Amino acid sequence: MTMPLILVAVMVVLFACGVYLLLDRSLTRLLLGFLFVGNATNLLIFLMSGSFGEAPLADSAAAEDMSDPLPQAFILTAIVITFGVSAFLLALIYRSWRLAQDREDAVQDDEDDIDLAKTEALTVVEVTDDDLAETPEFSDDDDDSEGPAVASERAASDAGEGKAR
Amino acid sequence: MTVLVPLVVLVPLIGAALALVFPGRERVQQSITVTALAIVVGLGSTLMWAADSIGTLVMEVGGWAAPFGIALVVDRVSALMLTVSAVVLLGVFLFSLGQGLADGDEETPVSIYYPTYLVLGAGVCNAFIAGDLFNLYVGFEILLVASYVLITLGGTTQRIRAGVTYVVVSLVSSILFLAAIGLIYGATGTVNMAQLTVRIAELPDETQLLLNLALLIAFGIKAAVFPLAFWLPDSYPTAPAPVTAVFAGLLTKVGVYAIIRSQTLLFPDSSIDGLLLLIAALTLIVGILGAVSQLDVKRLLSFTLISHIGYMIFGIAIATSAGFAATIYYIAHHIIVQTTLFLAVGLVERQGGTTSLSGLGGLMRSSPVIAVLFFVPMLNLGGIPPFSGFLGKLGLFTAGAQLQTPAAYWLIGIGALVSLLTLYALVRAWVLAFWRPKPVTTAAAEPVKTPSTEALLLRKREEAMFERLQDAPDAQPTQKKRGIPKLMIAATVGMIGVSLVLTFAAGPLFAYAERAGDDLASPEKLAELVLETEQPNGGSGDTSIPGEEGAHG
Repeated sequence: MTMPLILVAVMVVLFACGVYLLLDRSLTRLLLGFLFVGNATNLLIFLMSGSFGEAPLADSAAAEDMSDPLPQAFILTAIVITFGVSAFLLALIYRSWRLAQDREDAVQDDEDDIDLAKTEALTVVEVTDDDLAETPEFSDDDDDSEGPAVASERAASDAGEGKAR
Repeated sequence: MTVLVPLVVLVPLIGAALALVFPGRERVQQSITVTALAIVVGLGSTLMWAADSIGTLVMEVGGWAAPFGIALVVDRVSALMLTVSAVVLLGVFLFSLGQGLADGDEETPVSIYYPTYLVLGAGVCNAFIAGDLFNLYVGFEILLVASYVLITLGGTTQRIRAGVTYVVVSLVSSILFLAAIGLIYGATGTVNMAQLTVRIAELPDETQLLLNLALLIAFGIKAAVFPLAFWLPDSYPTAPAPVTAVFAGLLTKVGVYAIIRSQTLLFPDSSIDGLLLLIAALTLIVGILGAVSQLDVKRLLSFTLISHIGYMIFGIAIATSAGFAATIYYIAHHIIVQTTLFLAVGLVERQGGTTSLSGLGGLMRSSPVIAVLFFVPMLNLGGIPPFSGFLGKLGLFTAGAQLQTPAAYWLIGIGALVSLLTLYALVRAWVLAFWRPKPVTTAAAEPVKTPSTEALLLRKREEAMFERLQDAPDAQPTQKKRGIPKLMIAATVGMIGVSLVLTFAAGPLFAYAERAGDDLASPEKLAELVLETEQPNGGSGDTSIPGEEGAHG
């Protein structure tokens, strides 16, 4: 099995650059990193096909002279998937950039996470009897029947005010 | 029977294509989606019956014999997974119909929701029936691309932020998976899982270990096990409630399923069982500690989801047929109960207007039905005896105790503790959201008192809510109280019903899981079956039927 050294070197460089870019906070670099890593993986599969030879067409060459067609099929599939996903990523990046107030295409922080980290005590507030006494009782009816009840109450109080006037 | 195998993928895909033809005509799209999902439920249960009574079904796509063509394999495990997933997909879809993802959300492109949901289903099914490592990769990609669209549905600030994290992490795991496939192909010259069973065993131990770890990392990200799980609670909670529910139920389990397959079929004699036990323990502990500290119910549930993946990894690490059987039962239980809980939270969100525990309260009075709908799956997940969660954990602990190693006993202890902590975290959420009186915002903001942390938090949340309101008219937390459609309640009740079926039919189901566990523990049989089926299915008969289906579509 012969492995062209130059391809191996290219794969290594692509992987290294790709991983470096993937670690960046900027989304555009992230996309580039993904493309690099994707192509490096395709090269890896290509290298795994072993020794290279004739085109794998039936009856055109002896079977042992042909290169292995299966990895090429894998690569084609992978390229299509990478293409589709990069298109989606581009749309996502554009949308993210449009939404970001400071016009920055970087990965946003999760505000809930920060909130939680800053919270000193959790919200378990002890409920005293006083609190319970203050709580208005809910009627067991659902919202719809509550509406008219409130309305009639208001009407009654309005009427009361009217009388007072 | 083998004819039915590819249909579980084809029917949702054809449904998606049809739904895509009718943009804007919701009724048509809805009926297409419901029909397609109902057919998949039927197919799944038929396949489950067939795989159990007739035996493992192997379909060779295009009539090419196994090592050269693509094999689709349905054995007891994948048939059960297919059925449970189909039921969950249908249940959640009915819930989302009830919710009407459109209502009040002018910016949500609903037309794309139905086809994408079907494509997600097709991807999940494809991953379950794949008998070929590369086909598994394709299945993963189908479901992931669909999930990218679903998680960023509507394109609001929060969802885009979460979507970026989710997409990038998933991409990395896909690339790792692809690279692992490349390496495995380089080492063995095949990607057919049955043939890999034979060929990987011939490789030197170090190579096996390397390939195993490469796959484990790729699947571990998808399954959300401990060191690779932190993307999950960050991204899932922002999606619409039904989407979160279906993601939580299915996507991580597809990862777990892939780990089961790789550990049983590809690396049956693997030396990493100890590592898996460690991962299981850490996933259990770290996940549940995360859950205990959360304020938001959705995030809390996301952390319990991570934590409970640990049980499944524990079962895989036991690596006996009893362990696999318990894992299979546990996965089925967990898919359903976790989905149901997220659906119940969807109801809470709709009724209470938020999922933050600091803003919820008094729901017991205003909506006792939801209180019950949350309470039942909560006890189930926590492992209270009559429910399936208890049975699953009992099975796991029994299988672990049979190992009689210190590590297994430790894991049993941790598992029991985590089950209690799950109950604690959920009961705390339940008490705060349902039991306590509704926090009166005006009282909390009284100037006389020094503002408590809760008041501060509330105020901050309010500000954030208003901000979000300006950013996105369809942001979830600003939803006003509305009546809850009957269909949402019905779908949730239905899912609880399914989870109760797991309890009542536990005997036959566990027996089924045990037979499936035996299958998993002896991969040679499956390998022989897949590699020796060239004669009986004379290619043309098998392939013409899905071909015709395609033409209809």
